[in-house]
Amino acid sequence: MVLRRLSRNWFAVFGAVVAVTLVLTAIFAPVIAPYGPTEADYNSIREAPSLDHPFGTDNLGRDIFSRVVFGSRYTVFLGIVIVGIQMAIGVLLGLIAGYYGGWTESIIMRLVDISLSIPGIVLALAIAGILGGGIESLIIAVSLVGWRGFTRLVRGDVKSIMEEEYIDAAESAGVGDIRIMTRYILPNSMSSIIVYTSLTIPTVILWSAALSFLGMGVQPPRPEWGAIISIGRSQLAEQWWVSTFPGLAIMVTVIGFNALGDGLRDALDPKQE
Amino acid sequence: MSESIQSTYGVAQDDGLLATKDLKKYFPVKGGILNRKVGDVKAVDGVSLAIEEGKTLGLVGESGCGKSTLGKTIMRLHDPTDGNIYFDGEDISDAGKSRMRKIRRNMQIIFQDPASSLNPRMSVAELIQEPMKTLTDWSKEERRDRTLELISEVGLQEGHLQRAPHEFSGGQQQRVAIARALSVNPKLIVADEPTSALDVSVQAKILNLLSDLQDTYDLTFLFISHDLSVIKHICDDVAVMYLGKLAEVASTEEIFDDPKHPYTKALMSAVPDASAESMTDRILLEGDVPSPENPPSGCRFHTRCQEYIGEICETDEPQFTEPSAGRYCSCHHYSGST
Amino acid sequence: MTDNILTVEDLKVDFHTEEGTVHALDGISFEVGYDEVLGVIGESGCGKSVTVLSVMGLLQSPPADIVDGTIEYKGTDLLSISDTELNEIRGDQISMVYQDPMTSLNPVLTIGHQVMEPLLRHTNMSKAAARQKGIDMLESCGLADADRLMDEYPHELSGGMRQRVVIAMALVTEPDLLIADEPTTALDVTIQAQIMELLKSLQEEFGMSVVFISHDLGVISEISDRIAVMYAGRVVESATMRNIFTNPLHPYTRKLSESIPSLDSTVDRLPTIEGQVPSLYNPPTGCRFASRCPEHLGEECEMVDPRLKRIEENAAHKVACHLYTDVSEASPPWDVEEGDAQAVTNKATQGDKYE
Repeated sequence: MVLRRLSRNWFAVFGAVVAVTLVLTAIFAPVIAPYGPTEADYNSIREAPSLDHPFGTDNLGRDIFSRVVFGSRYTVFLGIVIVGIQMAIGVLLGLIAGYYGGWTESIIMRLVDISLSIPGIVLALAIAGILGGGIESLIIAVSLVGWRGFTRLVRGDVKSIMEEEYIDAAESAGVGDIRIMTRYILPNSMSSIIVYTSLTIPTVILWSAALSFLGMGVQPPRPEWGAIISIGRSQLAEQWWVSTFPGLAIMVTVIGFNALGDGLRDALDPKQE
Repeated sequence: MSESIQSTYGVAQDDGLLATKDLKKYFPVKGGILNRKVGDVKAVDGVSLAIEEGKTLGLVGESGCGKSTLGKTIMRLHDPTDGNIYFDGEDISDAGKSRMRKIRRNMQIIFQDPASSLNPRMSVAELIQEPMKTLTDWSKEERRDRTLELISEVGLQEGHLQRAPHEFSGGQQQRVAIARALSVNPKLIVADEPTSALDVSVQAKILNLLSDLQDTYDLTFLFISHDLSVIKHICDDVAVMYLGKLAEVASTEEIFDDPKHPYTKALMSAVPDASAESMTDRILLEGDVPSPENPPSGCRFHTRCQEYIGEICETDEPQFTEPSAGRYCSCHHYSGST
Repeated sequence: MTDNILTVEDLKVDFHTEEGTVHALDGISFEVGYDEVLGVIGESGCGKSVTVLSVMGLLQSPPADIVDGTIEYKGTDLLSISDTELNEIRGDQISMVYQDPMTSLNPVLTIGHQVMEPLLRHTNMSKAAARQKGIDMLESCGLADADRLMDEYPHELSGGMRQRVVIAMALVTEPDLLIADEPTTALDVTIQAQIMELLKSLQEEFGMSVVFISHDLGVISEISDRIAVMYAGRVVESATMRNIFTNPLHPYTRKLSESIPSLDSTVDRLPTIEGQVPSLYNPPTGCRFASRCPEHLGEECEMVDPRLKRIEENAAHKVACHLYTDVSEASPPWDVEEGDAQAVTNKATQGDKYE
């Protein structure tokens, strides 16, 4: 049903194709890429795109295409791990805040409000800076910034689901708090969580790339897209291809996931059922 | 005249299966910049009633009169603001969670809209078994057997068990809700407008089912409805509620033959009846039900009353009196020795 | 048919959905005379709302698709005229009162704005005159202090008052035909009684024709001159109000009124209709009530479509049932409350003799 509705929306289909392509590329990177990601060829330094090197080479003669292909592994890995952490923290806090209300809710939601008053990227940069950069600090920094969206969403959902009569019915059946949260509230909030997740993935990808670009995330020579752009930045006028192709990869991925998220939102819209 | 009514006025702890004494439920109204409490919606404002075991008490009134809140407060889905609820002689008005769990085995509720009272993400089998899982220590097999028994009793089929609620019609959904309420063999069922969301032909089937089940299980019902003809059909006694208070309590026969309270009279006269020929002596009430946040002084009905006596109606709250044996009415017409 | 303000002939409406095609209306016909109140009754899903939406030209297409039929208003087929022409008629000569007064008023516009809107759109009336007319109409609808109400917003009013405003909006252009779709269903009984009284007196005052849709036999009996009973996308019976109650011919009509608990009589068990309304995705051939019918005649019921037809010469009583194939058999095969079948036949012709 949902799939059928999704398939009717060409933009969402495009998004799904991008997502699937990205994951397949990450899995089969060694097969797809003609060269190794850090394999330097000093005979072909700074070459423009050609048949041998479709995306050209950088200042060390590394094949940009291969680097972008291998870079997809970072994108997928960071996307899944960070969104997973955000979701776990955010959904749990949202459930607790919405279900118990009162002081618990006030404290959690004030925390959200306070952290929302600082621009996300600044907060992430600060955290990554304190932690000293590297892939772990990137994961922690972006995760700590992103959970609050989930909390807001889930808390709102819980509040409206709590108004439903089946929660009263569960209570009169003697169902305990934990079971009400996991069997009654969470499943009924799932479709909005799914939609929000698919719309969060592109943000996470973008921020990971941004932090890496600024040197706070994945460090060169690792072929993370943001890190590749960072290397090519200084020669943008002469060797435009070094930064442009990973940049395009980020753009297509972000647009694709946004399209998928939008499509899912329309397809899961209960009003159409 | 059943015993339950005679004892309504001065309800005692061991009257009937269920009794409430001066039960109140206020909801705070918040407002202002600081979101402070600025007032109360007095949804239930001092209700005393009793239901004898095996009987059906009808609770009738218009929307906003507090009848559903009363039902839910009795079920302890709301915590009472004041007053007592006695179930089987036991005061449950401040029972904690674990004590309530034991009590809930004996009191269950059926809601108005089955579409929203059944968790859409559970199968029929899971829904029916939920109370058994949490309220009894029955084994998996016992629960299964009971489910199969219930399914046939409420007129569903075994093949329905694995389906989700939205695959059913409203009438069938209500059957699932009834099976769930019955699963733990409760003594009391609060039925909160159980047929209001259904078509008339389906309503007839559900009403018949409820009567059959009452006979089989010796159930006691608190039947909440706005529909007088349904109340008359299924109830032994009737309590009429207006703005959080009871206006009149009597046996079904007496109240329909000879309504005493002016509000009861107006309510009955307002029911459109296909068979009634002339509508000339119809009582038409003026205006709307006042807000329960700021109810009228004195008798709450005085702003719309067609039998308004005088100042006393606006200043004094009428007491519940017994104008004739076993009948209770809160109206200044009967406050003397009529 | 010049004496009818509205004539619906063989109207068929399909809805194309993801699950298939719903045959919501399957050839319904009815007519409304001048100064007449036609009650349309049926349970949910019988097509009564689709019927009025078709008349108002408010069906969304897709998914709706008017497959066949005509809707003639004063001799004009509403289905064949342009949108502009339809807009001229709709809201001016034909207007509608909806079920839920909460959602049929725009919350961000004042009452006055909404009441004056139809006048400003359809007439050349000045703003001041329209305002006066709006105030007059609100007052006719039993709203005191109408002058002040004009500047208030819908949320400041109670449900009963809102429905009065909705009715005033519908009547402000003094339409010839009012369509009321369950106008009291969302209201309490005492408020319902007020609104019904209001509708009755306004109908008399303005002499308009009304199509009154309801699922409630009691409500519909208060106002209707004639009643059409719908079942599963068809009109199964239409007759004067009295005939529907004293001499229902279609088994569905009879079962329906029996299944409602009455304030006047006491029964232990309510008579019920076995089975369920057939799916309109794939409706059965023949009579749609056949599988649930207590008077089932046999194969004929399952194979042959009963047409809605007059059971007697000149009688306004029409029924779609194979029990009445012959004009002489105009009495039902069940006992009638008083008298014999012959008396019933007389009643059908002489109208109100049963009193």
